[in-house]
Amino acid sequence: MHELPQQLANGLILGAMYGLIAIGYTMVYGIVQLINFAHGEIFMVGGFGALTAYLVLPDGTGLLLALPLMIIGGIVASTAIAVAAERFAYRPLRGAPRLAPLITAIGLSIALQQAIWKWYPDAKKARVFPQFQGDAIDILGATVQRGEIFLLVAAPLCMTALGLFVAKTRTGRGMQATAQDPDTAKLMGINTDRIIVIAFAIGATFAAIAAVAHGLKYGQIDFRMGFITGLKAFTAAVLGGIGNIYGAMLGGVVLGVAEALATGYIEEIPGMTQFGGGSWKDVWAFVLLILVLLLRPQGLLGERVADRA
Amino acid sequence: MRHRSLLILTTAITTGALTLSACGSRDDKGGDAGGSKNTTVVIGVDAPLTGDLSPLGQGIKNSTELAIKNANKAKEVPGVTFEMKALDDQGQPTSGQQNATKLTGDKNVVATVGPLNSSVAQSMQQVAQANNMALISPANTTPDLTQGKDWKQNNRKRQFTTYFRTSTTDEVQGAFGGQYAYEKIKAKTVYVIDDQKTYGVGLAAAFAAKFTSLGGKVVGTEHVNPEDRDFKAIVSKAKSTNPDLVFYGGEYPAAAPLSQQLKDGGVKAPTLGGDALYSPHYINLNKKADRDYATSVGKPVEQLDSAKKFIADYKAAGYKDAYEAYGGTAYDAAWAIIQAVKATVTDNDGKLPTDARAKVVEALNKVKFDGVSGPVSFDKYGDTTNTMITAYQVDGTTWKSRHSAEYKG
Repeated sequence: MHELPQQLANGLILGAMYGLIAIGYTMVYGIVQLINFAHGEIFMVGGFGALTAYLVLPDGTGLLLALPLMIIGGIVASTAIAVAAERFAYRPLRGAPRLAPLITAIGLSIALQQAIWKWYPDAKKARVFPQFQGDAIDILGATVQRGEIFLLVAAPLCMTALGLFVAKTRTGRGMQATAQDPDTAKLMGINTDRIIVIAFAIGATFAAIAAVAHGLKYGQIDFRMGFITGLKAFTAAVLGGIGNIYGAMLGGVVLGVAEALATGYIEEIPGMTQFGGGSWKDVWAFVLLILVLLLRPQGLLGERVADRA
Repeated sequence: MRHRSLLILTTAITTGALTLSACGSRDDKGGDAGGSKNTTVVIGVDAPLTGDLSPLGQGIKNSTELAIKNANKAKEVPGVTFEMKALDDQGQPTSGQQNATKLTGDKNVVATVGPLNSSVAQSMQQVAQANNMALISPANTTPDLTQGKDWKQNNRKRQFTTYFRTSTTDEVQGAFGGQYAYEKIKAKTVYVIDDQKTYGVGLAAAFAAKFTSLGGKVVGTEHVNPEDRDFKAIVSKAKSTNPDLVFYGGEYPAAAPLSQQLKDGGVKAPTLGGDALYSPHYINLNKKADRDYATSVGKPVEQLDSAKKFIADYKAAGYKDAYEAYGGTAYDAAWAIIQAVKATVTDNDGKLPTDARAKVVEALNKVKFDGVSGPVSFDKYGDTTNTMITAYQVDGTTWKSRHSAEYKG
């Protein structure tokens, strides 16, 4: 098991990014039981928002200085899209059969991809995203890129903030109440429409932060980046127990580490050589998902609740 | 449990739905062949015009259009006006096949330039053959497409009489790469990665075969998915084998982050790849591209006298996208079609025969002219007879040609 610390670090970093995106799936699902398939594209729009913020800054602005503005730019773009999507695409369909908003989400996903492709300058091919200069840093025997440090700082910070928000604030408790029983919550005087918008906005905020992390990590963003990454994040949300915010992060990390370990070590198992390596990592990730769902249908941290649908 | 199965179902549906990205293109009005003396002949184009390979595809489309414009301006074929019909395949075999059906369905299309991807070509060849329409790829390099899957055992057989190409094969390009790596880069060990696509696998196999036959050693092999952008796990594996060189069989959208992550992760070796890495975007997207290598078919377009006019014309036409790696071969493919139409029309007393497509296919086997990429003619398999290959290296922020040679095996 050579290189184990490095592979674990690779998986942890990738998983933290999946986790941040998965929050968006899990919060929206927890409150309105909608699988927002356009969330991957909200993530993508966040990346382009951050890039726009960087491009409007004067040339030569240090990346560390620009980073807060890029995050804000990303959050503004992704939140605007998410809130607009909720207001104009999903709210009119609330109460409609469940498949209707789902198809809408798929349509929205394609529309957003094509909109960026068509109207964002030069977005027909991958756009270069700024990256931190300088060498990688060694942490406990693993090499970590400077851009990835951002993710390692941002992910726990965001999770703590979200945990406190949901547990301590009035709005957060309103969210819990709406998730448990929207009708009773409404009777108790909670503005559920507002709660739903906030859930979308928080998901979009986290997605934008993940998108900035994605750009810093890979040095490029493109209009299709939300599709595969979004699908993985959705898997992470299901793996961790959809509806549970800590589950989303845990699911992301488990998925990321599983992918890294599958790439690194499956082929060292005697007789499994042809099933190892990068090409099979997705297969192993989904095998893990199926195993977890067989043994714990509610996901790693999900609660067994009566189905309301 | 019910909504769990809904989750799984929707995942499956979405994957399917989003992969199937079709593109609409309405058929043009039927040509006005009857009556007027001037016949309109349409040359089809199939290339990825959107998606991450679109820069290469746009270069192919523009270069084909340029050839058509030049032919019309010079009245290359008296009484015939050429038009172009370009369709987008997004690099997807399924889209390619739909496009082939569309192009063969339009009776004014005599032949088609494209596609870019070998995997797309595999899905288009049957349709083109069934309709007797010539398909000339400026970029396909998989030997199987022309010589059949047994070419490695030297049991070569022409697969499709309607399929031609103006770029040489991976057998030639990969072997050239293997030889270049061993003799010029002086690499003794190599880590080979491919993207599981027809092109990447073939190129990597041809490279590895030549490299090991010369005495080099493959210290590890790995396969990735072409959509992946995170290769950290592979980097960690490659690092432990400490290779002199990393060979990547695949295209630049994945190769650029792979090369950067390799160097970020402490692999000192440069990356070598095929013609699909030879693009300025590879350098834009890869901050550690310096010293990486790529081989590409033909001589550098900029160094050929025959290409000077092409470059000047391309500039004058004011295209937004560059001609990229396959501009020259695309121009030659279109020009070969134009020459074949010319031969056909001349043989038929200055009129386009009713079975124009079949006649054009016949004429293509005899076409011979000096093109942008060098002398153009096709051998008995439909492959180009031009086996000139050039090795390039990234020097700072540009590709510099290092070595050109005709590969003789």
